[in-house]
Amino acid sequence: MKHIRNFCIIAHIDHGKSTLADRLLDYTGSVTDREKQDQLLDNMDLERERGITIKSHAIQMEYEYEGQEYVLNLIDTPGHVDFSYEVSRSIAACEGALLIVDAAQSIQAQTISNLYLALENDLEIIPVLNKIDLPSANPEEVTDDIVDLLGCDPDEVIPASGKTGLGVEDILAAIIERIPAPEGKPDEPLQALIFDSVYNPFRGVETYFRVINGSIRKGQHIKFIATGKDYYADEVGTLKLNQVPKSRIEAGDVGYLITGIKDAREVKVGDTITDAKNPTTEAIEGFEDVKPMVFAGIYPVDTEDYEELRNSMEKLQLNDASLVFQPESSAALGFGFRCGFLGMLHLEIIQERLEREFDMTVITTVPNVSYHAFTNKQPDDVILVNNPSDLPEPSTLNRVEEPYIKASIITKADFVGPVMSLCIEKRGQITNQTYLTTERVELNFDMPLAEIVFDFYDRLKTVSKGYASFDYSPIGMRSSKLVRVDILLNAQTVDALSALIHADNAYTIGKKMCEKLRELIPRQQFDIPIQAAIGAKIISRETIKALRKDVTAKCYGGDISRKRKLLEKQKKGKKRMRQVGNVEIPQQAFMAVLKLND
Amino acid sequence: MLIALKKELELRAMELKDETIETIYFGGGTPSILETEEIESLIDLVYENFEVRSTPEITVEANPDDLSSEVLKALASSKVNRLSIGIQSFFENDLKLMNRAHNALEAKECIEESKRFFNNISIDLIYGIPGASNEQWQENIQIALDYEVPHISCYALTVEPKTALESFIKKGLVEPVNDDGAHEQFLLLKDILEERGFVHYELSNFGMEGYFSKNNTAYWQGKSYLGIGPSAHSFNGQQRSWNVRNNSKYIKALEQDQLPSEIETLTKVDRYNEYVMTRLRTKWGISLNYIKKEFGELYLQYLMDQAHSFIEGHLLFHDKDQLYVSKKGLFLSDGIASQLFKLNL
Repeated sequence: MKHIRNFCIIAHIDHGKSTLADRLLDYTGSVTDREKQDQLLDNMDLERERGITIKSHAIQMEYEYEGQEYVLNLIDTPGHVDFSYEVSRSIAACEGALLIVDAAQSIQAQTISNLYLALENDLEIIPVLNKIDLPSANPEEVTDDIVDLLGCDPDEVIPASGKTGLGVEDILAAIIERIPAPEGKPDEPLQALIFDSVYNPFRGVETYFRVINGSIRKGQHIKFIATGKDYYADEVGTLKLNQVPKSRIEAGDVGYLITGIKDAREVKVGDTITDAKNPTTEAIEGFEDVKPMVFAGIYPVDTEDYEELRNSMEKLQLNDASLVFQPESSAALGFGFRCGFLGMLHLEIIQERLEREFDMTVITTVPNVSYHAFTNKQPDDVILVNNPSDLPEPSTLNRVEEPYIKASIITKADFVGPVMSLCIEKRGQITNQTYLTTERVELNFDMPLAEIVFDFYDRLKTVSKGYASFDYSPIGMRSSKLVRVDILLNAQTVDALSALIHADNAYTIGKKMCEKLRELIPRQQFDIPIQAAIGAKIISRETIKALRKDVTAKCYGGDISRKRKLLEKQKKGKKRMRQVGNVEIPQQAFMAVLKLND
Repeated sequence: MLIALKKELELRAMELKDETIETIYFGGGTPSILETEEIESLIDLVYENFEVRSTPEITVEANPDDLSSEVLKALASSKVNRLSIGIQSFFENDLKLMNRAHNALEAKECIEESKRFFNNISIDLIYGIPGASNEQWQENIQIALDYEVPHISCYALTVEPKTALESFIKKGLVEPVNDDGAHEQFLLLKDILEERGFVHYELSNFGMEGYFSKNNTAYWQGKSYLGIGPSAHSFNGQQRSWNVRNNSKYIKALEQDQLPSEIETLTKVDRYNEYVMTRLRTKWGISLNYIKKEFGELYLQYLMDQAHSFIEGHLLFHDKDQLYVSKKGLFLSDGIASQLFKLNL
């Protein structure tokens, strides 16, 4: 145990975490040349393309330092606020963290919130100043920022470059010298923390864990404390680039476990593994059942594909336990599913994975957060509102509560004004403003989560010219004035276009929705009135003018074939649209509300 | 080229061996390329290789600048009995905008001269021209009517890519084409010509009784046709073929006794779609009996299901056996046809 080091990496998106991790693997000989590919840890296509880590990963390196063999377990954490619970569990599995800061961009909001998490868990922080080879690097100033933030000595900051490999040796030395070895009791009953799981279609769910006390051995009868289920450890091992089966994983070390579990929902991140016969008396602290934050309907483009969509969603859920869904139906879209996501990125990922891995094209409806509604009849009973149609009639409604978050935004001093205006527009209340340096300001707001769902990230980027970073954590429910804005096309309500909106914004958003739909819905052979309404009250109206001309002048012998093919193509395009009454609605119109400011 | 054309005609004589030729049509620009004797020799070749009815319609399509008195005289003495003249407009500003080779005066003189030799004359006019007022358009129609030509084809201006007009519009020198304006002019045209006894027998074609284009009507009625020359299309009721566009490839293939064409065989769905598409443009409309007889009860059922909302919206009307586009629906008939289409599986 003395020669094990467990560490994670804290970094903002694009600060070079994955590239630097590749360098560490490379330098310690953990990958052969043949296995090398850029960003080894991000092995989902989506992760490589977007340059962010979605899943946690773990990899073990062996490294000889001053004549002694060390085992270094790197636990890579997801790089997005949607996955902050997973980050917290990865951090809990480590004794130290590399804090990677881009020498040009300095510290960002997300880095800070993860850093605080690491500090709360008493992790030893090793600051690394990355990308110092960039012409735009500003090492002195950013080092000062880091020193301010950590209260460390400037000499402790290691200059590095993932690109050139500079500093890698110093980082490895610091990991060994500064990060404490794990302290576990090998003779106590097994107590291991699950920090991630991966679905393998052939072997079932692979559980990644860190042994805190005791040890886990092949064949052992084990139990997961939170779920109460017991299994036999068919295989345990360590995580090199490939899995290496072992007979036993000792206290302090990191490994994987295979038990033949087929459903990812049985393996909960943060759960404790213990021995079935001789269990530990204590579960590891910090376990939470992850709750979805954002809900949206997902429907097949072709109504006939409903069963196929169900199969695909079930398969996705096998390897992404944070996805929840239940069947729902819509007059406009037919049969589909109400799905719960960790956040907007998670929603996008699910949508993309459905398309890429399952070849399903889907319509996603306007997302909303989960509200609590109370009726006059039963003012103490919570009605969960995950869908606009769940909101009780205004006359019977006693009150509504909505989820709030604590938002942390770090930006340049120049942009404090526009960022504040944006947050106030989004119903935020400022709670704190701290100058981290003379140039960099941290702003804290209490804000409704619902406001983050609608175009917040994009607008924050715009108003700050890209110089703002953002993170949030939930702070509970607060009372709200909520209304349902319905959209009527040709005087018919289109249920899939309804949205839950704060009463103060209903008029503005209703108007913008009508305008946006006028752009997105193609002109048809008749005028189409678009109306936004709250209950029976129309709050906005637009009209899509009828097509005037939809015919080509000439149709002679040589034109017929080409023209037929063109009209067939049009017909096919229409088949992908949804018909409500006699109005054809293209797919993207159902997500229109998200892009009201484009 | 002429040799190649003749070779193709001979090679393909078999394709129409059970048919009688009703019309012969020389497409746009022919007189500017071929001498009248050459046109005559092609007609003779058709007579040699095919069964031709006693009084076929033989049309030559030409622009005013191709039709000198000499050419007209020569054509008149041949078997050619119908002219289709690309007048486009009687106004200088329109003709300039469309980059035509003739001017307004030539357009008028050409009709006058043609009338000395031909009785069956069709002229083309263009409406929806940027900057051209409704008044000017009405005047254009009036001039055509004063010449008493028995057939008028009128096309809404479309801006083709990579033309001078397109670049003028892009640069803002010319206002863009306006569908509302074109629609207004179309309705003006229809009203005026119908009042003067013209039959609006196809979306872009108006003719006095007995002067409809037999050749073009054949396309809309699904009859067989044989197209000779580069990029010409042919149809035999089941298959459509088209020749290569490129002149030298065309000639080269025929030098080696090969037909430079591609063929597609129409599926039942394709044939249904073409029937719907072409018939909707005409005064004859879709015959429901024909649909039932040719495609079956299920197609008829499908058609009526699709047509339902258009009938309700008065864009189509249903009268006994026929389904027509209404006056209101005429300018939307492609979109309507597309919605009546079936898709190949």
